[in-house]
Amino acid sequence: MAERERRSTPPYGGVFHARTQVLDADDVRRAVWRMAHEILERNHGPDQVVLIGLQTGGVTFAEALADALEKIDGARPPLGSLDVAFHRDDIGLRPVLPAAVTDIPVDLTGQVVVLVDDVLFTGRTIRAALDAVHTYGRPQAIQLAVMVDRGHRELPIRPDYVGKNLPTRHDEVVNATLDGVELGEVVKSR
Amino acid sequence: MKHLLGIEGLGRDEIEHLLDLTDSFVEVSRRRMPKVPALQGRTVTWLFYEDSTRTRLSFEQAAKRLSADTLSFSVSASSVNKGESLRDTVETIEAMGVDAIVVRHRSAGVPHQITKWVSGSVINAGDGWHEHPTQALLDCYTMREHLGGVDGLRIAVVGDVKHSRVARSDAWAFTELGAEVTLVAPPTLLPPSMDGWPVAVSHDLDAVLPKVDVVYLLRMQRERTTEALVPSLREYTARYGLTRSRVDLLGDEAIVMHPGPMNRGVEIAADVADLPRSVVTDQVRNGVAVRMAVLFELLGSGGER
Repeated sequence: MAERERRSTPPYGGVFHARTQVLDADDVRRAVWRMAHEILERNHGPDQVVLIGLQTGGVTFAEALADALEKIDGARPPLGSLDVAFHRDDIGLRPVLPAAVTDIPVDLTGQVVVLVDDVLFTGRTIRAALDAVHTYGRPQAIQLAVMVDRGHRELPIRPDYVGKNLPTRHDEVVNATLDGVELGEVVKSR
Repeated sequence: MKHLLGIEGLGRDEIEHLLDLTDSFVEVSRRRMPKVPALQGRTVTWLFYEDSTRTRLSFEQAAKRLSADTLSFSVSASSVNKGESLRDTVETIEAMGVDAIVVRHRSAGVPHQITKWVSGSVINAGDGWHEHPTQALLDCYTMREHLGGVDGLRIAVVGDVKHSRVARSDAWAFTELGAEVTLVAPPTLLPPSMDGWPVAVSHDLDAVLPKVDVVYLLRMQRERTTEALVPSLREYTARYGLTRSRVDLLGDEAIVMHPGPMNRGVEIAADVADLPRSVVTDQVRNGVAVRMAVLFELLGSGGER
């Protein structure tokens, strides 16, 4: 979500221009499939696993992971979505608005929560998400799955499942969807 | 948005933005731990020159659920009793460093005046007969929740419109969002001039009820009988009270609303207030989320959108 906001809000606002296609839709599908296997392997099956997509970019990947887990194992894990706007550390510094309403369908106490996001960058969204998750219960463990890890962490946060490690410059922008992963930059519209 | 002084002057976009934001805070209120750190380190204080239970508590609950610090202050037990002027009181509070002041005052325009003396945000929680904007917002939100939206609804606002800031804010909000509003009251309880009000007027409740989606009852202020604006409360109830038999005139889906506190047996019959179609407690519950949205919009969203 940070990526998306960075792209669309001042002073970052502008139009995204893709320079390089890093992954295509098939690559993304295969990466999701592999991550689903890793989630099952690490947790000895799908029991207790709850997938939570971070609004807005992580939600489609969480759905894709849920589909994959269902195909592999037959059981579809509970799927939720989380908007971390009210837990961010930059409230008051720039416009922070919820992108969508949070939906956590189950009590998270005792569950293994897998947070899912499109792009991992500074880690601040994940910090906010860790904070938010605790208002829904006390999970047994929280793990992190991201489609792209682009580096430049500002907090001690490390993903458990990664679709693609992608070295980037700080000012570049990554666009990750089910259709593929692109690296580019934002061209100021004004 | 820097202050919230009234509904008049807000555009449809701004009202709908606040209602959309409320959805997120309704979700927060349902959490096991219904509290978010969004306004940590911000201070909100209350300046209530008039009695209030629900508005005051509702704002306090909203601020606490956003992790804002609250400074409680009771006018009746303060230096105001020693003759301190409004301006001095406000400047004293300002000097202590608060980010928002929630004001209720018996005179119209006081919240607006206070904005000239402070650097923080001012929220109008009711000024005289003028406006009560958060009440109108929570009313709109409750209609959205029960009827899917406000646009196209037919709404009857019944009772003492003349002395009601709720009626004023509601009329602006409902019509701005596309509803058709009919004010129903005896002529003595309507404002002397209805110029500029985008509403219809009726003196016949029985004729209006079958045609509306929402009946919004205003509190009958008991002191009005002594002013001889109505002959007696009993006569008022006979013509304008929502009795059990009048409820049968309503359509199946129509809802009954009231801003509280209710005078059971006057504007609303005791058993009508407890019918499933009466959404009064939902209004109170939504009030907290709506006020969270307002506080977050003014203090937390980082200024200009």
